[in-house]
Order: sequence, then structure tokens, then C-alpha cells
Amino acid sequence: MNVHAIRSIYRFEMARTRRTLMQSIIAPVISTSLYFVVFGAAIGSRIPHVEGISYGAFIVPGLVMLSLLTQSLSNASFGIYFPKFTGTIYELLSAPVSYVEIVVSYVGAAATKSIVLGLIILATAGLFVPLRIEHPFWMIAFLVLTSVTFSLFGFIIGIWADGFEQLQLIPLLIITPLTFLGGSFYSIDMLPPFWQNVSLFNPVVYLISGFRWSFYGIADVSVGISLAMTLVFLGVSVAVVAWIFKTGYRLKR
Amino acid sequence: MQAIISVKNLSKTYASGFRALKNINLDIRRGEIFALLGPNGAGKTTLIGTICGIVNPSEGQILVDGHDIIADYRAARSIIGLVPQELTTDAFESVWDTVSFSRGLFGKPANPQHIEKVLKELSLWDKKDNKIRTLSGGMKRRVLIAKALSHEPRVLFLDEPTAGVDVELRRDMWQLVSSLRESGVTIILTTHYIDEAEQMADRIGVISNGEIVLVEDKAELMRKLGKKQLTLHLLNTLERIPPGLAGYDLHLSSKGNELTYTYDTQAERTGILALLEDVNAAGIRFKDLHTTQSSLEDIFVTLVREGQ
Repeated sequence: MNVHAIRSIYRFEMARTRRTLMQSIIAPVISTSLYFVVFGAAIGSRIPHVEGISYGAFIVPGLVMLSLLTQSLSNASFGIYFPKFTGTIYELLSAPVSYVEIVVSYVGAAATKSIVLGLIILATAGLFVPLRIEHPFWMIAFLVLTSVTFSLFGFIIGIWADGFEQLQLIPLLIITPLTFLGGSFYSIDMLPPFWQNVSLFNPVVYLISGFRWSFYGIADVSVGISLAMTLVFLGVSVAVVAWIFKTGYRLKR
Repeated sequence: MQAIISVKNLSKTYASGFRALKNINLDIRRGEIFALLGPNGAGKTTLIGTICGIVNPSEGQILVDGHDIIADYRAARSIIGLVPQELTTDAFESVWDTVSFSRGLFGKPANPQHIEKVLKELSLWDKKDNKIRTLSGGMKRRVLIAKALSHEPRVLFLDEPTAGVDVELRRDMWQLVSSLRESGVTIILTTHYIDEAEQMADRIGVISNGEIVLVEDKAELMRKLGKKQLTLHLLNTLERIPPGLAGYDLHLSSKGNELTYTYDTQAERTGILALLEDVNAAGIRFKDLHTTQSSLEDIFVTLVREGQ
């Protein structure tokens, strides 16, 4: 185990966050605050309580998830794409580090950033609406699992991407729609029955549902299924990363 | 003595079908400076990349200090330092951070004294807190070398280290190479400046079209392939070579004022003395004479041309 390498990469990546504090932390906090102003205060005041919870409070878990997913993806994909783009990846490939160590350090750093960000957004939300967390352990568990899973997914995108456009493509075309349609701003029950069924094919529904359950004890789907689905995504991401390193896909010539 | 790097039957075919390396067999001796020469696209960088783990080999085996580069990649890679051809550096990191990062990446615990020593040797010490993007091209090259030396490698690859580098850095670099070699580091370098190889290297390998055309001790190579020429500057012009000198490999310049004799330095007798006596006997007077020896560059050009 090359602990020095893991520490070096992790610190390198965390230093990158400090340099880009504006983009990494402050921007998501501002955009989340805007959501609260628009959906929580302006529109939310006209929306009745959802399952006994004020609308402003109801959207908190969804908003945290929204930032968590997009930031995990962009952090992790950029972290590994940039060395590929500049060519500095030669050093990583020629270093005595195993693939597991590379993934642990890059994905670990990206997930750390997302978790910190998620907690900051949660604290920001606390300024707008009263927060209640019924299952703190599970709240943290979903936070960590989701950050790790989507950081892995971002890592895959970063390796796959051949240009900055592709780097943006999947987050923009797939993740953002899935998140918005995944119940960030509403309960699946509010949809007509047909769309409720369609929503069950949206993986993000399970993440948000499970996360919201850890706050308020209410869920669109049972928490067991949410957890199982999250673990399935994690497993799939791990398998894809393993395949990438086994074949050297887009890394080695 | 066991070779520090041993390449056996190595071939590399890229996905495009291009065969960059064809059945390469090469042993690098411990502690030597080995110069790998070859025209652009001959496979130099591919060969280095394969040994360092950046390119997957298609066939064959590579041992670094007895460690297989695939099965035992940790042991193999941790003793190698690589300075790539392209100036690929991070932009926003400081010099100190990026060099320390490299050391950690290669599995060594932090050692500020060593980093300081490396930076001072490369005249980077006063730039240690500068962001890399603010440095000149030559300084970036120094940073890449510092990164490669950060983990105290025992084998150093320099892929065209002096391409586009000013005179001062070139001189510094060769000083560094000499001192590294004295401390027991094996150095493999590629270069286009053949005079560099001629000055620095212990052995020379020539690669052309993905094949090793030749590996030889430099001195031996120069001796074996080196032809010497003796030129006589004549007092009076000649119209043709006198019949009495027909036994020599002579060439008369078009103006008829220079007589050139080509001989082999390997031969027991060069025949110079006999030639001069015969020239004298033929009544030819000369005002001056000089000898020239073919350089490594001439040898190289001849070899590559033959290979194609």
C-alpha cells in the first residue's frame, strides 16, 4: 500500500479546492440560497404543507442532493480529466501506485469536498427553514454513499471524456434532468399515476427519497429499496472503474 | 553483472495497427549512461514509455533491477525517474509543492532536505514558491527534472532533455548528469544532438523503424565505424593521380590541389608513412596536411540510411 501516494494525491486535490474556493463552495451555496428564496419563500408560501412538512423544509434534502450529485460529478471528473488534458498524467501512470490507490485518493478527495459542501448547504438551509433530522446516522450514511458513488461516476466521465464539451455533456444532459425530475422539489405522489411509474426508473428518486426519509421519516419509496439502489449504483460504478483500469481504457496507449 | 534494465523480445503494436516496436532486445548496464539515438518516429519515446509503464507492451518482457514491470510494478517503478519530452506541468502549483508531490507519489516519505538539495542543484531554489505557469520554458524543464529526481531514483530516463533548451541549461544539465552518474545512477537519454551523445554516453543504441539497429560501446563504435582521412594540400596542382600511387585509396580534388587518403584506424598499419614516402618519390610536394575523423553523426546518418 503506497500510503504516501494516496496522501499526496489527496492533498493535491484538496489544495485545488482551496484555490477554487469560489467555484467549489461559494457558488453552490449561493445557488442553493437562490432556490430557497424562489421556491421556499416566494412560491413555497403558496404551496400547502407536503405530508405535514412546510414546503421550504420539504425541499431541503432534495436541494442538498442536487448539489451533492452535480458537485461530486464535476469535482471528480475534472480532477482526473485535467491531468489527461495537460499531459501530467504521465507521472501518475509511471508511479508505483495501484489502481485502487488512484481511485481511493481521487474519489476520496472529490467525495470529501461534496460531503463538506453538503453540510455547508444544510447549514445554509438552516438559516431559511427550521431543520429536523430524525435519523442522523442514516442522513450521514446517504450523504457519504451518494458522494462516493457519484464521485466514482464522475471519475469515469473524466476518463472517458475527450474534451471539455464531453466533460459537461453527461452532467448537463442526464444528471440535471434526472435530479430535477427525481423529486427534489416535489413528492412523487403529486404526479399522475403514469408519471409516478416512470419516475421509478429514475435512480435519483431513490437517493432523494432515502435522504428525505432520514430527515423527516417520510419517503416516496421504502428506505430499504433506496439503500439497496444506492449500493447497486455504487457497485456498478466500482465495476466500471475496475474494468477501465484493467484494460487501460483511455489511459494507456 | 546483472543488467539494471533488461528488455526481452518487446513488441508494441498500437490499436491503429502501427508497429512502433519490433522485437526489441536491450540490456542497460548498471551505472552507465546510455544514449538512444534515432530519427523522429523511430520508437524512442514508445520504448521509454513502455519501460516506465505509460504504454502497454504487446509482447515481451521487461525487467527493472530484476523486477517485472507488470507483475512487480511497484518495485520496478519506484526506482525509475522519468523526464518526459513534452513540457507537461501543472500550472497553478508552486515549484516546491509539485516536486514534493512527486516524491510522495513514488512512495517516499517527505524529506524537505532532499527537495531543497534537488532544487538548489537545478537553480530552482529562488523560484520554489513561484507558480509553475509563471516560469519560462527552460525553468519548466528544470522542474520536470526536479520532479523526476525527487524520489532518489536509481534509473533516470531523459527523453530529449536538451531539446529547445538554452546553452546555460544544457551545460547545467550535463553537469547534473555527470554527478548523478558518479553517485551510481543509471541514465538513459534520447537526443537529437549527436555531439551530446558523443560527449556523454558510455554506450550508444540506435533505433530505426522500431528496431534496434545497433548497440555498442561508444569508443568501440567510433573505432569500428570511424574512418580517418589524411588530406595533403599540394604545392602544385595535379591532373591525375600518378600511377606509382595507384595502390592507395586516394582521391584527387576537382581543382587538383588536394589529395585525400582514406584509411582504417583499426588496421595494423595505417600506411601513412609508406604513402608519404611514395608521394615524395613521385615528386609531389605538399605545403600542409591534416587528418579528419568521421563523427558519430556521420556514423548515425549512415546507419539510419542503411536501415531504411
